[in-house]
Amino acid sequence: MVSFLLRRTGVMLLTALCLTFIVFFLTNLEPNLEKLTKSEGNMRMTDVQVQSWLEKNGYRQPLFKRYGEWLGVAPGWTRTDEDGKVTGRCIKRATTAEEAPKFCGIMQGDWGFSLVFKNPVFGIIKEKLALTGKLMLCVLIVMVPAALIIGVIAGMREGSKTDRVLSTFSILTTSTPEYVSGVIFIIVFASKFGGLRWFKGTAATAMDGITFENFTLPVMALALYGVGYIARMTRASMAEVMTEQYIRTARLKGLSFPAIILKHALRNALIAPFTVIVLQIPYLLTGVVIIETLFNYKGFGWTLVAAVGNNDIELLLACSVVAVFVVLLTQLISDIGYVFLNPRIRVS
Amino acid sequence: MDRLTASEIIIRMLIQFNPVWIGLAVILTASWLFRKKLGLYGKLFASPVGVVGLVLVLFWVLTAIFADLIATMDPLTQISGMKNKKPGWPVSGAEGEWYLLGGDNLARDVFSRMVKGSQLVIAIAPAATIFAFMVGITLGLPAGFYGGKLDTGLSFLANLVLAFPVILLFFLLVTPEIRSTGVPLALAGVLFLFPIIFFVMLFYSRYREQPGRLGVLLVITLVLGLWAYSGLAFNKDPFGVFYMDPNLLNIFVSVVFVNSPTVFRIVRGLTIDIKTRDYVAAAQTRGERPWYIMLWEVLPNARGPLIVDFCLRIGYTTILLGTLGFFGLGVTPESPDWGMTINEGRKLLAVYPHPALPPTIALMTLVLGLNLLADGLREESLKD
Repeated sequence: MVSFLLRRTGVMLLTALCLTFIVFFLTNLEPNLEKLTKSEGNMRMTDVQVQSWLEKNGYRQPLFKRYGEWLGVAPGWTRTDEDGKVTGRCIKRATTAEEAPKFCGIMQGDWGFSLVFKNPVFGIIKEKLALTGKLMLCVLIVMVPAALIIGVIAGMREGSKTDRVLSTFSILTTSTPEYVSGVIFIIVFASKFGGLRWFKGTAATAMDGITFENFTLPVMALALYGVGYIARMTRASMAEVMTEQYIRTARLKGLSFPAIILKHALRNALIAPFTVIVLQIPYLLTGVVIIETLFNYKGFGWTLVAAVGNNDIELLLACSVVAVFVVLLTQLISDIGYVFLNPRIRVS
Repeated sequence: MDRLTASEIIIRMLIQFNPVWIGLAVILTASWLFRKKLGLYGKLFASPVGVVGLVLVLFWVLTAIFADLIATMDPLTQISGMKNKKPGWPVSGAEGEWYLLGGDNLARDVFSRMVKGSQLVIAIAPAATIFAFMVGITLGLPAGFYGGKLDTGLSFLANLVLAFPVILLFFLLVTPEIRSTGVPLALAGVLFLFPIIFFVMLFYSRYREQPGRLGVLLVITLVLGLWAYSGLAFNKDPFGVFYMDPNLLNIFVSVVFVNSPTVFRIVRGLTIDIKTRDYVAAAQTRGERPWYIMLWEVLPNARGPLIVDFCLRIGYTTILLGTLGFFGLGVTPESPDWGMTINEGRKLLAVYPHPALPPTIALMTLVLGLNLLADGLREESLKD
């Protein structure tokens, strides 16, 4: 178990290094740097001026060196002007060259400075993640129980009418991406055309306080797309368990149907969906970006879109690191959880 | 002229779709009559779910084919006075013409844009999925068959791409700036090679002993393949037949890139399972080469799950294309791309919902059709 954990974590770190490097490479492409220079300096800079600005600000070092600096494993660059003034990556306006630390990368907690929000990136990410965390929590609270109930009911009597209806419903929800369900929900529940004006078509007020009125539609739209997939997996797992010998034994023993389901079938049927649910979280990320944009909820996804749109390289890098780690962590949790929950693997 | 009533709008739309109804009737009747001879496709008619899916998919395929007949207006023309007009509004200055589903924010016909938008999806989504399958199959078969270091390396690469949040990859890859760096071209150069490799190996492994036949097949594959390759990937086709807009290439490559690792994993898993079967052992005893076994013994026997996944994957690709459009990363700025239309419409949703609604329903029904079709196929392929 320990060697499995170590190996798994090792692969995860290697993957994280590769992925962050790819992101670093893609966000620091030549056109992006030129755009950055022009927004930092002025729009009418000549090509020569752009090049010298990039040279002066450490953007012309080898890519690996810059990646190391950003990560915090290579010392930050320093540069002495003709008039003796020292500038460098780790030398901020406030600190002098002597006081400045040698390393300043994300490992030292220095995530950079956002050009759009005019604030340190770390604080922005923390604040936005908290907002998105609330949204995710609500979505999981709605999505997981709904999906499990649908899956279990459909799977316990495979091929019955209930099963067919619920399975078709699951397929319908997997065919409804967030931007489709979101738009339809707003029209039906939040505009004068649907006739029902139960909820608000924007979640901008939910950033200050969540109410039933401003949070229902985004949560429902996000949960809907995931429900079908988890429900189908649960159904398959449940249907398989129902054909096992021990269920037949329980039946022949004269146990009531609810007792068989609750005591014997559910425990084994819920191992596989656990993995699916955890792995669904990265998929929710795409949905979060869409829904936060659609409902104007300024969380993590909205920030990602803003960072891309405004060429805010350091913010985008930070968002990418967080996103990549969320994906890798969920994969790790699902692997470990699966081994832990499944006695057949755990014992051997 | 008066505005059309709701029932008039519906009747006029049904009439506009006439070519589709005729096409559906012909195809379904023919398929029903010959269903016994059509293998898995014929068996589909035993599953009601599958038939509903097939009808929905065929509806949109036929709509894409006959889009010029069905569309009432030009999808890009803006007619003054038609901005945000409600469904059924008569076209100003023209007798006997209506905006059946109203006008959008730029005074274009919503109905015609929806119909024309189907052409983009129906052309791009299946093609991108086929390319993803070519990549996934060409790499997944040897990874599963040989195992060992090759498998470890390829699986690590696949997991690397899979661990990348899709939306982030799109934001990084599908930007107008990235085109000047050559990253999409490099990706296209690699990914578009796989279909050629696949067909060369397919023919080589089968007709190795018959040089005459092999030569003909290889020449045809290489000439056609490299011709298309030069045009599609690098826009250097000497005859100008194969061409892909740089923006479209960018989107296409990204979608293939996102999809192929999943296909790789599926093919690899299936190969690991199938290579333990008796007929593989028999082929090995006969002295067949590994690539013959992979392409002519393993692959045909993995076709059931692969066909099902192919349908699902086209649906997923459709959703991805819609997502791209939703963030304004569509094929061209004015194109009637469904995702882009939804994006434009959402800004005025509370006041004018009619421009956003038709493309959402179109996208949903197409994906639903594909998913139902996949479900029907799965059910029928499990029966035998």
